[in-house]
Amino acid sequence: MTGFSFDAVAAILFIPAGAAAILAAMPNYRMTATVNVVASLLTLLAALSLFVTERPAPGQYLLVDDLNIVFIVLNTFVGFTTSVFSASYIAHELETRRLTAPNLRFYHAMYQIMMFGMNLAFVSNNIGLMWVAVELATLTTVLMVGIYRTHEALEAAWKYFILGSVGIALALFGTILVYMAAQPVVGEGTNAMVWSVLIEKAAHFDPALLSVAFIFLLLGYGTKVGLAPLHAWLPDAHAEGPTPISAVLSGLLLNVALYAVLRFKLLLAASPQAIGPGPLMVTMGLTSLIFAGFMLYRRRDIKRLFAYSSIEHMGIIVFAFGMGGPLANFAGLLHMVMHSLTKSAIFFAVGHIAQVKGTQKISEIRGLTESHPGLGWALVIGVVAIAGLPPLGIFMSEFLVVSSTFARHPWLAIPLVFGLLIAFGALLLRLTGLAFGEPRGGMAPVEASYVPMYSHLALVFAAGIYLPAPLVAWFQHVAGILG
Amino acid sequence: MNGLTFDIAHLLAGSLVLISFMMLYQDRLFALINVFALHAVVLALSVAWQAYIQDAHHLYITAAIALVFKAIVIPVGLHRIIQRLGIHRDIETAVGIGPTMLAGIGLVTLSMVLMLRVTPEADPLAREDLAFALSIILLGLLVMVTRRNAVSQVVGFMSLENGLVLAATGAKGMPLVVEISVAFSILIAFIVIGVFLFRIRERFDSVDIGALDDYRGERR
Repeated sequence: MTGFSFDAVAAILFIPAGAAAILAAMPNYRMTATVNVVASLLTLLAALSLFVTERPAPGQYLLVDDLNIVFIVLNTFVGFTTSVFSASYIAHELETRRLTAPNLRFYHAMYQIMMFGMNLAFVSNNIGLMWVAVELATLTTVLMVGIYRTHEALEAAWKYFILGSVGIALALFGTILVYMAAQPVVGEGTNAMVWSVLIEKAAHFDPALLSVAFIFLLLGYGTKVGLAPLHAWLPDAHAEGPTPISAVLSGLLLNVALYAVLRFKLLLAASPQAIGPGPLMVTMGLTSLIFAGFMLYRRRDIKRLFAYSSIEHMGIIVFAFGMGGPLANFAGLLHMVMHSLTKSAIFFAVGHIAQVKGTQKISEIRGLTESHPGLGWALVIGVVAIAGLPPLGIFMSEFLVVSSTFARHPWLAIPLVFGLLIAFGALLLRLTGLAFGEPRGGMAPVEASYVPMYSHLALVFAAGIYLPAPLVAWFQHVAGILG
Repeated sequence: MNGLTFDIAHLLAGSLVLISFMMLYQDRLFALINVFALHAVVLALSVAWQAYIQDAHHLYITAAIALVFKAIVIPVGLHRIIQRLGIHRDIETAVGIGPTMLAGIGLVTLSMVLMLRVTPEADPLAREDLAFALSIILLGLLVMVTRRNAVSQVVGFMSLENGLVLAATGAKGMPLVVEISVAFSILIAFIVIGVFLFRIRERFDSVDIGALDDYRGERR
């Protein structure tokens, strides 16, 4: 049994890695798209099998616990649906000759390497390995953002690369500091980088060193989470890359960095004399939320609009985890899942919309519900969800965040609600223009893949109406771990 | 600890900070790259010295990587790129040299005050190394923000990574995984950058990031 469960973890890593090698060698683009989907599906199944199989004991490099299973399953699920969306999106890009067949080979191989990097980051029990994995995922997305090789795409990729590298360098320095703090207690060698060892002994670490380390880690990985004022790469990278990549950036890669921050937050929380991670995270979260809320009003590019909305939501999530406590953590976790599902669904819709209209400018897109009801209504539902209207899932998680804030720090709830309302207004304002009124822009019928976006939206809707008891229990348990 | 071994380690790490300062005021690309090569050589010496005093043989590999890859291969490659692109003119610095140097001094002071204060119990060698490493990292960042040219930003980034290697080798017994990964990431980073430079040249015949700034999605 133990042998089998180890296989599940291995499968999560080896399927994407193997698929990347195969995809890099395959010349036929239709086949590559299919292989990409199949590989993503297999990875998802392997991830789901983690629920039923027995978990391996934490090793020096890999770890499966209740916390990361949530992240892994979410990651592989959105990875799979995005690969389905990507297949239809890419076919259109090939027709319009924005991409060539060799581009696609590269794109698909990179997609799987990125999935490998993200999964590795989630299952790694070694803070050095986790850093390497995050770096790998970042580099692959940099290459994919620049794939169109236009002025804007290159600028976006360059900016992303430079800011991402600086962030990741700061994170490495933080990692080294954690090792320095651990070394006198745990002893030299690999053990002083193994997370499950560190967390046990964190109480004996030098608190000052650990605090400084966390600040570097928060700044470093926070750059990748897209927290203001370190967010500058995010809107460009979302707007200029292929839309499936925007979807995985928003839906998944931000979560990977967030996961890293959470792991280190736990480490810090275990050391009573170190600075509290909470106030730092709350401040950065609120700043991002309010900043992004205002920025939403001035967007003219539809993908940038939703990129800023991602900054806003990551702000809310970091705020919730910064607050801590069972309820706020529960809300943060739920919000993260809901945001990933909703935001990727929105990007699926936006990708097809931008293709059929031939533009990403908001002012040139009107009356979508009339010209393309399938896409238009998906966008409406998605935006209504992301703006936090009932009865969808995000309303519930935002409500929980706000109510837990009111219960514990009422004065913090004022800026929080203020930020939420600002963003809400901006999104609805833009939505009415996009979705209703006289249709404008390309009217051609669209060969969209509706299944990924509507299945995400259905899940978000269902979560807003009714959360199954086992899921609630699981999330409560994870929220308890997060302290 | 033997006084002399400590002094030599100190000397080498201190020289790295000094060379980082030298990078701040170079206004020619070739000169900047030569200074970077010197930086890498001193880093290699410093890492080799750490390997010797810690009796950690795997660190010699890191030193060799620094020497061969960062002090020879990359500078030569960058020289080639610059010649091929014909951009061996002055570096356009975004900030004047005077303020940059002052900012550099401020950053070094900051990192000394910060690191020495939080590591009173650590091994004195490791703690000095860490303080110097943070100075180098911050100076590398400063090089990146004060330059507008893509090549000099890359050089700034690599000097920043040198600071990370110094920190990683100073931390006693840190697993090899990390050192290799650092070296490896530089390799990958370089490939990425190479690809980018190639593409940027292909499209604009310029590696001035300013040219990229002209086109922003928000102001069409």
